[in-house]
Amino acid sequence: MKQQIIVSGIGGQGVLFLTRVIAQVAVNRGIPVLTSETHGMAQRGGTVLSTIKIGDFASPLIRTGQANLGLLLWEENLPVHQSLLQKKGTWIINTTHNNDRISIDAAKIARNLGNAVLLNLVLLGAAIKQGSLIFTAEECETAIKQLAPKKFIEQNLAAFHKGLNS
Amino acid sequence: MKNKIELLMGNEAIGQGLIEAGCQVAAAYPGTPSTEILQAVIDRSKQAAEPLHIEWSVNEKIAFEVALAASYTGKRSVAVMKQVGLNVAADPFMRTAYIGVKGGMLTIVADDPGPHSSQNEQDTRLFCLQGRVPVIDPASPAEAKEFIQPTFELSEKYELNIVLRPTTRICHSRQNVSIAAPVVLHRQASFELDTPRWAAPPAFLPALHRKLNTNLEKISIEPDWQPRLTPGDNSQPRTALVASGVVYSNLVDLLEELNLSNKIDLYQVLMPYPLNPDFSRNLHEKYDHILILEETYPVIELQLAHPGAIGKQNGAVPREGELTPDVIHQALADFLNLAPPQEMPEERRGQRPSLCPGCSHRTAFYSIKKCFPKGIYPSDIGCYTLGMNLGAVHTVHCMGACISQGAGFYQAYQQDEGDFPTIIVTIGDSTFFHAGIPALINAVIQQARIIVVILDNATTAMTGGQPVPHMGIAAGDKATKAVTIEPLVKASGVDFIETCDPYDNRRFEALLRKADAYIRSPEGGVAVLIAQHGCIMDPAVRKAQDSFLVTIKDNCIACRICVDKFECPALSMDKDKNLAVVNQDRCIGCGTCIPVCPVDAIVKEEKS
Repeated sequence: MKQQIIVSGIGGQGVLFLTRVIAQVAVNRGIPVLTSETHGMAQRGGTVLSTIKIGDFASPLIRTGQANLGLLLWEENLPVHQSLLQKKGTWIINTTHNNDRISIDAAKIARNLGNAVLLNLVLLGAAIKQGSLIFTAEECETAIKQLAPKKFIEQNLAAFHKGLNS
Repeated sequence: MKNKIELLMGNEAIGQGLIEAGCQVAAAYPGTPSTEILQAVIDRSKQAAEPLHIEWSVNEKIAFEVALAASYTGKRSVAVMKQVGLNVAADPFMRTAYIGVKGGMLTIVADDPGPHSSQNEQDTRLFCLQGRVPVIDPASPAEAKEFIQPTFELSEKYELNIVLRPTTRICHSRQNVSIAAPVVLHRQASFELDTPRWAAPPAFLPALHRKLNTNLEKISIEPDWQPRLTPGDNSQPRTALVASGVVYSNLVDLLEELNLSNKIDLYQVLMPYPLNPDFSRNLHEKYDHILILEETYPVIELQLAHPGAIGKQNGAVPREGELTPDVIHQALADFLNLAPPQEMPEERRGQRPSLCPGCSHRTAFYSIKKCFPKGIYPSDIGCYTLGMNLGAVHTVHCMGACISQGAGFYQAYQQDEGDFPTIIVTIGDSTFFHAGIPALINAVIQQARIIVVILDNATTAMTGGQPVPHMGIAAGDKATKAVTIEPLVKASGVDFIETCDPYDNRRFEALLRKADAYIRSPEGGVAVLIAQHGCIMDPAVRKAQDSFLVTIKDNCIACRICVDKFECPALSMDKDKNLAVVNQDRCIGCGTCIPVCPVDAIVKEEKS
């Protein structure tokens, strides 16, 4: 089973954490995984992109039209990164308005939980609900518990569940 | 112990590999994409089986020299830097090729094809060719780690410094990586005097150079470091692909996707310099057509000098930028006459990066621009490079250049008749220590009349907050002596020194005007302002400062000053209402935007 995923957002939104959670699930399952991430200058509020390749791959980068799934934390990035997705690929988008893709106001849900940055895990929950990832909710919960700082675990799990039940 | 598998970033894998290989002295200066390597050594230092000294050095030259001398004692050491850091360390690096090392020494230099976060995309492998230093080019995070122990062994066998060259896509990729227990080497520091070698005067250098050349010939044929062949099925006779680094991995996935795996002879070059002459001969004899794929300069291509090879030299492969899978696809399709890839969409840039909401650099830049709208603004490498979004950064070159460039601007202008423009240099605290101090002394003794604003946010912010010399903290949060900025500036001969929090914009602007009056006075020279405010990325700084509910009232005249000229990412225009609005998700409630508004429409109140 192979899957290619992109996570798109801006610096400070938790793109890196979301990338790590997904990759950690793969590691926990014993599946090979490769990610690439944006670090450095762009993390200061600029557009950032992570790619995740699950399964037997050699390189972390994704070619145009090859990604199966896109998690979009910052809607304005859509024109920048949409070409990476396959024609029949799935977008799950954090947005305040409905469109022809899978839309969820993850920022609002996160804000109601007390912190807009939690929208990353709301989106992950939504992806699992849609069956867009090859993983189960329980596997994601385990990875979140492994990676989140102790005092934020409950909050992170709450955000994930909000997405899951959205 | 059974090997454990962890999800590691390439830089973490390298850091783990250093500990497992028994490295005892690790020195670095932070720089993207290399920074997390030393951080990983710090975070994992408890695993070390033997004593381990770790330091954030003041610059890369110093990091290299510290690691070098440690190696003279027989211990394993490493110096870590980004590609342009090697330019700073070039002097000791070049001589070390001749003089050699004792204990294994690696220089890990992270290149940044693209570039993503650098001032150029120079290729360390070409630097190594010029410096006659063997260089290893790993193709994945796991491979980078796997290479560390044998590279130390190679270094010890020939008593030479060896370079490991990861690139951004290795450094900042994550992968399943297997963890092992560190080796125990039981080495005691023992510097064996050999003055003709360690202090080699010119008379001894030809012999040392000869020995180096002999060693390079031997290294080029070391069996473990030969190019690895994945043979094809002869459906493409006398045709081969040659690649190194992450480009090789990109190519492997692409061939798989195009159903071309094991159809064409494919070579992975592990050690791009020195290249085995037999490998070169073999390629000349066996193939008529070769596509060479490497980042960023044609290093393998130059050495192979194969008449049927195409690559960067003939433009078959782009000479600049990253060799992404899409770029390789195009080159491969041209080379093998495959169906052309689907047309690439026009490249679009996303959101540009900005100084963080609440960053004190923003308030400093805004004040500088306001006081000297016609000034010249040389700046430097760091977060504050983003001051260009505010129009308050005119030049950015290399670490520490801003002060010397400021002085150079002054010397050129002052020769002409009439007044000289106000030159306001901005430099971060870490950059000031790295390469700013000699430049400041030079500006003083050459009697330059410039204003130097040291943007002191008490950390190396751009790379994620490494410690700086004036905070009294060393790697791993260990306490050390603090070397403070103000006495250093004073000792450099500067007579005008003021310190101010740029959040206090009135006082800061008054000091800027006072500094301008000083540099233009008969006794004037270099004026230094230390703009002090902690980095807002530091949670302790956030916690310690007041946070208000900042909003914009209806009397906003939509002049866009706060949005465009102050450029806080928490401020934007509401198109429907034609008013500026505060994005409360991003606003940190500092209120520094309030004085910017010409009609006092931005207000703050206590948070409920």
